[in-house]
Amino acid sequence: MAELSKNVKISTQSVNLYYGSYHALKDITFDIYDRAITAIIGPSGCGKSTLLRIFNRMNDLIPHVRIEGEILLDNLAIYGNNLEASPLRKKVGMVFQRPNVFPMSIFDNIVIGPKHHGIKDKHALAGIVEHSLNQVALWDEVKDNLKKPGLSLTPGQQQRLCIARALAVEPEVILMDESCSALDPGSTMKIEDLMLELAQKYAIIIVTHNMEQALRVSDMAAFIMIGEDKVGTLVEYAPTTKMFSYPQDQRTEDYITGRFG
Amino acid sequence: MPRLSTSPVRNEVIIINSRTREIIAKTFIWAAAIFVLVILAFIIIYILVKGLPIISWRFLTEPPSNMGRSGGVSSTIVGTLLITLVAILIAAPFGIGTAFYLAEYTRENTVTRVIRFSAESLAGIPSIVYGLFGFIFFVIYLKMGWSILSGGLTLAFMILPTIIRTSEESIRAVPEIFREVSFSLSATKWQTIYKVVFPAALAGIVNGIILSVGRCIAETAAVVLTAGSALRIPSSLFSPTRSMAVHFYILAREGISMENAYGTAALLIILIFLINVVANTLLNSFMEKGR
Repeated sequence: MAELSKNVKISTQSVNLYYGSYHALKDITFDIYDRAITAIIGPSGCGKSTLLRIFNRMNDLIPHVRIEGEILLDNLAIYGNNLEASPLRKKVGMVFQRPNVFPMSIFDNIVIGPKHHGIKDKHALAGIVEHSLNQVALWDEVKDNLKKPGLSLTPGQQQRLCIARALAVEPEVILMDESCSALDPGSTMKIEDLMLELAQKYAIIIVTHNMEQALRVSDMAAFIMIGEDKVGTLVEYAPTTKMFSYPQDQRTEDYITGRFG
Repeated sequence: MPRLSTSPVRNEVIIINSRTREIIAKTFIWAAAIFVLVILAFIIIYILVKGLPIISWRFLTEPPSNMGRSGGVSSTIVGTLLITLVAILIAAPFGIGTAFYLAEYTRENTVTRVIRFSAESLAGIPSIVYGLFGFIFFVIYLKMGWSILSGGLTLAFMILPTIIRTSEESIRAVPEIFREVSFSLSATKWQTIYKVVFPAALAGIVNGIILSVGRCIAETAAVVLTAGSALRIPSSLFSPTRSMAVHFYILAREGISMENAYGTAALLIILIFLINVVANTLLNSFMEKGR
């Protein structure tokens, strides 16, 4: 893990999230650094994914969600009266829990994002496909089969294809929602290597249940849990190695030593 | 030990019982399937045996003469296809559009309930009622006369509920995660529908359309009231015409020519079969390409 650049990519200030009258996240304040991996950890149901989905406004799709507070990407607010979600999502890409390749060819899976943004030139699209697949170390495995169905790949390859698909939009931030949890250990290792590789260029935020994974890949760790008022709250935010060796909060210590969760 | 000695016996009894039941159930299910298959095969084979010898190149290419006693059925083939084409071209865009509105653009509310209730009610109406409506509204009130257009419009109303329902079902069957992924790739709502949801739902939508084509081709009551029963080859969408189903209804009903009625019926079966095969082949090749 390299020295942390202290460039703040996303700044979250006093964020509260409600599903209707249900208060899900309370007073979340922390900064996410560029060119680093930030892990959001915590027990099931504490709101990790909900927090992650704030950053690309994925929660907009759920009715009756209300978000208070300020989230700044490069010092610009991402929520606001006249702000649309789709330009934000061009900058903040997402990889989901399971590989969810579209039922189309490998090539078409990758170009679907760039095509939305009006890139039609065949050579440009072919270049994007090669570059994106190279970034996820999949190019050599599939370069002769780009017309084959994406679903014909192994699950591990499919998940790397999904990452390539997200990279093809040229995001600045990549959100990964437990992106290894459906994969075998070998594929998980490949994706983790890939995360470390990508962290040289992007800000990466991951949600993970796997403490070892958080320790292996992340630079910063945010520990979230449901407080006594039944609302998800940020307990501790620190460099990962520091959190795992000297947790400041008793609850953090209990969680990472496996006493609950 | 009495317990040990009785228990295997008891088990055996139970095994025989459940096995017998299994056999009975299996026999019944097989018998039902075979019964249905035999009846269907009998109907189709009967009509083909009676009708195929009548079908010849001349039967296909000549218009009926002498009220259908002699000559072929060419004008009724043209009439059938044109009426069906008009009906599909009108009903498909409206039906698929409505399905997307119901499935993607709105949550359950009064409007959607009204639309769904109307569509379901429309689906339950007997076709002769559509025929009567078409006759009064298109033929007389709008002065379209007995014509391909009146017939096509009437059939469009008739098949609209089928297209809406089958399309809506296949749109809803597209996994939610595909929409989320598409949005996460910064697609807008329309791009998501056009690039992701529509292709994934296409097979089901096309199936609904094929089903509707079959209904249009087979429809008799609604067509005779709105498109008429003229035997000439139609010259425009405003010409009256006679569909194949109407043709063999009249041939058989009025005892004009049972041979030609069977010939027309056999041709109708073959036509529907061909349309199914062609549509499925097109769909498969499209899916192959897309996959």
